Amino acid sequence: MSRCRPGRALAALLLTGTLGLSACAVPAGDQQNGTSELTVFAAASLAAPFTRLAEDFEAAHPGTTVRLNLAGSADLAAQILAGAPADVFASADEANMAKVVDAGMAAEEPRNIATNTLTIAVPAGNPAGIAGFADLAAAGVQVVVCAEQVPCGAAAEKLAQNAGILLAPVSEESSVTGVMGKVVSGEADAGLVYVTDVRASGGKVQEVPFPEAKEAVNRYPLVRLAAAGDSGLADAFVRYVGADEGRRALQEAGFGVP
Amino acid sequence: MSRSNTVPLPRWVLAGAAAGALFLLLPLAAVAAEVNWAEFIPLVTSESSLAALSLSLRTAAASTLLCVLLGVPLALVLARARFPGKRLVRSLVLLPLVLPPVVGGIALLYTFGRQGLLGGALEAMGVQVAFSTAAVVLAQTFVALPFLVLTLEGALRTAGTRYEAVAATLGARPWTVLRRVTVPLVLPGLASGAVLSFARCLGEFGATLAFAGSLQGVTRTLPLEIYLQREADADAAVALSLVLVLVAVVVVGLSYRSAPARSADTRSAGGRSATAGAAD
Repeated sequence: MSRCRPGRALAALLLTGTLGLSACAVPAGDQQNGTSELTVFAAASLAAPFTRLAEDFEAAHPGTTVRLNLAGSADLAAQILAGAPADVFASADEANMAKVVDAGMAAEEPRNIATNTLTIAVPAGNPAGIAGFADLAAAGVQVVVCAEQVPCGAAAEKLAQNAGILLAPVSEESSVTGVMGKVVSGEADAGLVYVTDVRASGGKVQEVPFPEAKEAVNRYPLVRLAAAGDSGLADAFVRYVGADEGRRALQEAGFGVP
Repeated sequence: MSRSNTVPLPRWVLAGAAAGALFLLLPLAAVAAEVNWAEFIPLVTSESSLAALSLSLRTAAASTLLCVLLGVPLALVLARARFPGKRLVRSLVLLPLVLPPVVGGIALLYTFGRQGLLGGALEAMGVQVAFSTAAVVLAQTFVALPFLVLTLEGALRTAGTRYEAVAATLGARPWTVLRRVTVPLVLPGLASGAVLSFARCLGEFGATLAFAGSLQGVTRTLPLEIYLQREADADAAVALSLVLVLVAVVVVGLSYRSAPARSADTRSAGGRSATAGAAD
């Protein structure tokens, strides 16, 4: 009989452990002890400027902690629709923002905070000698783009159609980081990525700018969510990003600002 | 080991087992519940879905074959040969089991890629692995090989060396011993190792994405197609997930169909398995 006891203790421990875990999973909207938390869901491409803005915002609002959740816009939108506790959402495209707005989960009309355009990234030394957009369609050039299903791929497709050229990519990646990876490693001769990706790579790839790029501009909408715990604080963050500090941080990362 | 299950298990073990089974099955049930059944057939028979499924089955079959060709000798050496540093070699061989697949993909990139260790030599021979179906097979083999080696090595240790020793004393040459005694003894183990490898190949994602890229019909296997569809069409992603689950269930089911055959190696194990376990 006594041999059963450790077992029971273990079971009890497991049970309390599980309860403890599930307690942790409850949305953190606590505002005791004069501290407040702001959860910002932002597109992965906003990582650099938003990390800086979050720190500056915390400094300007003592007692505030900004939690950044950085991921692909489609993932973030799906998480918000599934009830993830978010106060602010910054999307890398209008389509994913529309999903959240259409579900009635936005507290206001989204505002565009930044624009991004595509550019050609080539490995150091530009081994295939890419000089412009039309060179991407040349025979033997290994081009990597985003798949049509993701915003960077839709933009690439639009540019190719406008220019009347047929891209035959060797790979259609599901994210722009996938494209960057293939260019940085030298697997691809060229990749269509965002201007901000080249800027963030710190010289690991070279850029071949092309004038046609401005025909496909990606807009980044930002919105306060209806479920925001502290709507005043969320609103302050949204205004902060749209103000001079925010614009400067975005511009330095290579974004265009409206 | 005990073939007579007369001693009942403590009750908390059963409760734990139930919780474990529930933890594994509930998410699968949730996927099935989420499927848009009205659209299921059109979603899974779209051109891109069929291309992905067919590519997955073909590459997993090729990779499994490669796993058998490379894994059988490896398992034999690990189970039978004696050499210094064997323990280290075994840990290194099993590394892909615990390595995040994307790390495997990056490692393969710097080995077989255009700028990689062997890239120059391969290019000189006119072989380009990058962005080809061969890259998918390499990625799958890399992550699945340890499954075959581990399973087969276990079977070899359990089978023991008694019959091999007898055959050798009767004058059989090493090749004959291997062919007539060792391999037939561990055939069930080899089969389940191959099935496990095939299943692992089917599910391979990270290494393929990092190493091979993603192009319909060439490198975009079913898991990559699911990952991509999730961006645009959640219903399609869920439907394809269910297809992958069903394929996996069929594969695992087939491997357990060979269970009666496997009792042969349990029998030959007899009391030896205890010593084999202790030796490990």
